[in-house]
Amino acid sequence: MSTTTERVKATLGKRYAREKRFRFYGLASIALSILFLVILLADIIGKGYPAFTSTYIKLDVQLDAQTLGVTADSTPEQLRTANYNAVIQNSLNTLIPGVTERKEKKALKDLVSGDAKYELQRMVADDPTLIGTNQSVWVLADDDIDTYYKGNIDRTLPESDRRIKDFQLVWLDKLEADGRIESQFNSIFFTRGDSREPEEAGILSALIGSFYTLLVTLALSFPIGVAAALYLEEFAPKNNFWVDLIEVNINNLAAVPSIVFGLLGLAVFIQLFGVPRSAPLVGGLVLTLMTLPTIIIAARAALRAVPPSIREGALGIGASKTQTVFQNVLPLAMPGILTGTIIGMAQALGETAPLLMIGMIAFIMDVPSSVTSPSTVLPVQIYLWSDSPERAFVERTSAAIMVLLTFLVSMNLLAVILRKRFERRW
Amino acid sequence: MSTLGILLTLTVLAAFSYYIGRKRSLALATPVKRGGNDLHSLPSYYGYLVVIWAIIPALLVFALWSSLEKPLLTSSMMSHLPAEYQSKSADELSLTTNRILNMAKDPTQLATAEPVFKAAAEDYQQMQSTSQTIKTLLVLALAIAGVFIGLRHVKPKTRARNQVERVLQFIMIGCASIAILTTVGIVFSVLFESYRFFGQVPATDFLFGTHWSPQTALRADQAGSSGSFGAIPLFVGTLLISAIALLIAVPLGLMSAIYLSEYAGPKLRAYAKPAMEILAGIPTVVYGFFAALTVAPFIRELGESIGLSVASESALAAGVVMGIMIIPFMSSLSDDVINAVPQAMRDGSYGMGATKSETIKQVILPAALPGIVGAFLLAASRAIGETMIVVMAAGLAANLTINPLEAVTTVTVQIVTLLTGDQEFDSAKTLAAFALGLSLFIVTLILNVVALHIVRKYREQYD
Repeated sequence: MSTTTERVKATLGKRYAREKRFRFYGLASIALSILFLVILLADIIGKGYPAFTSTYIKLDVQLDAQTLGVTADSTPEQLRTANYNAVIQNSLNTLIPGVTERKEKKALKDLVSGDAKYELQRMVADDPTLIGTNQSVWVLADDDIDTYYKGNIDRTLPESDRRIKDFQLVWLDKLEADGRIESQFNSIFFTRGDSREPEEAGILSALIGSFYTLLVTLALSFPIGVAAALYLEEFAPKNNFWVDLIEVNINNLAAVPSIVFGLLGLAVFIQLFGVPRSAPLVGGLVLTLMTLPTIIIAARAALRAVPPSIREGALGIGASKTQTVFQNVLPLAMPGILTGTIIGMAQALGETAPLLMIGMIAFIMDVPSSVTSPSTVLPVQIYLWSDSPERAFVERTSAAIMVLLTFLVSMNLLAVILRKRFERRW
Repeated sequence: MSTLGILLTLTVLAAFSYYIGRKRSLALATPVKRGGNDLHSLPSYYGYLVVIWAIIPALLVFALWSSLEKPLLTSSMMSHLPAEYQSKSADELSLTTNRILNMAKDPTQLATAEPVFKAAAEDYQQMQSTSQTIKTLLVLALAIAGVFIGLRHVKPKTRARNQVERVLQFIMIGCASIAILTTVGIVFSVLFESYRFFGQVPATDFLFGTHWSPQTALRADQAGSSGSFGAIPLFVGTLLISAIALLIAVPLGLMSAIYLSEYAGPKLRAYAKPAMEILAGIPTVVYGFFAALTVAPFIRELGESIGLSVASESALAAGVVMGIMIIPFMSSLSDDVINAVPQAMRDGSYGMGATKSETIKQVILPAALPGIVGAFLLAASRAIGETMIVVMAAGLAANLTINPLEAVTTVTVQIVTLLTGDQEFDSAKTLAAFALGLSLFIVTLILNVVALHIVRKYREQYD
């Protein structure tokens, strides 16, 4: 055997080992990336799923006219301002008698959420004949109680380290033994706006804010993006200075940090043109500028994928250039354009930083009624809640993230389905 | 009429003008047998022609008026204020303006306002309603006049299709030019405010100062908070966090891409690629939450268990999570460039007896290097400009350190903090945010341009 072969053979084992190692590094990187994804999702879901239930306490309330200070004939305004607190207080006092110390009295009052009073108010407003009767109602418990029942307060800890004290635990055990504590689906989370009290906080106003913002974004970025892509792909002269400048700009804008778009929105839309601050309108304008490059790039790729024979066929039977493009090329490219648009909208839905710059970071309780009323969006709501120290808000932040991710995943799925369904091999 | 009302009216008018334009062109056409009065274009083009005449001038006037209305009215209102208010500093003047504007919007505030402001606010309300009326009348008059002018153009000889197509082309050029306008808008907005900032703080202090504390004193006699704007700690902090992120993202992203394109079978590709795409599609605010609530405490406990003191907002936590976020970005860019290397080069290497990994390391990677460098630069630009992760997981205090276990702050964090507080728009503090934005924009622009240039130049070699 020649020496070369021997020398090759001598190193062969090492080389194969190196090959194996390299392969392993590659596989490990993928595994690690996917592991990160799994940890992230598991962490969010693990923290968030308890937020979909809330703890309720059953109270027996005496809606007697004297305590409330109203009668069945009172005006709605009087019914609204009646003394529901006293009714709740009485009911709690009968449930847990003999509380005298001031601190304990306050704790007793705080057993139920501030929403309990409004719950009674709604009941009476719906049916004033309830006045004078005894009712048993399930009212929302305070967030500390809720946190305790979700197992996030350890009763074996020393009393000073817990948010729920020993005497409260005695009450809770008593209530539980009476069957007065129940976990119900947290519908408040989906039907209310933001609140300082975690048990009353919901994502509805942020969802509607996101909806309006995306509506503005879609209404502007889709037509503008498609028109720009049509021009650049079908009509623009080649080797023209302006056209090249536009292309360079689009490619660059796609990589400009999103926060810079926020600065643009603040300086140009708000300061210069006086668009109302914090409104979905200005948010939508900023997000339009951000998503335009995505839509234009996707739309151009879709237009490029339409084979020249389609254009030639249309031109051959006498259609004008514009007719060819609008009546033959564009409809065939539409599925691809829509896919790109949906992906762009998904990006816009998850965007946070530029919206902080233009003031969509306000505390919004009411559901926004139009594109010019102050509002916030889902990712910003997540950011705002993530700052709150209460355990119950951590839960709700994670739950809001789950809702956001659900929307994003369904949008992306829709894009994939659209692509699969209309994909065409020419 | 409200804005929405005007737009709705215009829409209805557009539909109407299309209808009558089309109808009229049909009425004008006569068959060839009876004199042969042929239409030049299809009837619908005459309809579109009338729509263009009716809508476009009206919309232009509407847009122009709406965008200029507020600044003009405000300055007119302010010029009517007594001289004692006019002589105040720009800050106080804009504060007064905002107060009056709020009063004009909110009747309860108006009722309790001081007489001077009340008069100004009522003045403003009146001017606003007059302006709205004139705008409505002007826009509607233009639109209706447009319909008549358009109808006069509906003649069989009119080259309606060519005219409509030309207008369409202009609209498309306009849409494409928005990209240029956006860049110009970004450059001017940050440049203009930065220029004002550098009028108050010398540029050398900003670029080379090592102390950052943007709190300016409210009163002249206050001590300790003179406001210093040395941005070096921010730049160092940004670079530190970005470096950690790239240290994680580049090897992992690159190795994943190599494995996926060279080794993985179709089955693994079918699952691993979408998983990577999910990682790329998660909003940054979610990563920020994950970094602040899960990763940072974990790193802190880990550090303490081996006797290190770790800040609860350590640069490491933010950097690691940012790295995870950038992995899919890096891997999909590298995947593209690796796939662009021609198969012949691989075959040549295999033919010489090289193993797969030797081929990758000694043939494919050198061939793909420019593209990988481009991908690296784009990833770096992404890391530098990333905002939410650092806002939620990095600190606010500007420490000048390169210890990844301590808290540092970044350029983007400071922009957000400076602009989301309650201060006037003209203070040095808010203007500083624009100066930071300018430096961020310039750095990322250079990175992007260089990266795109490298990537494009490389692609030309094998196409």
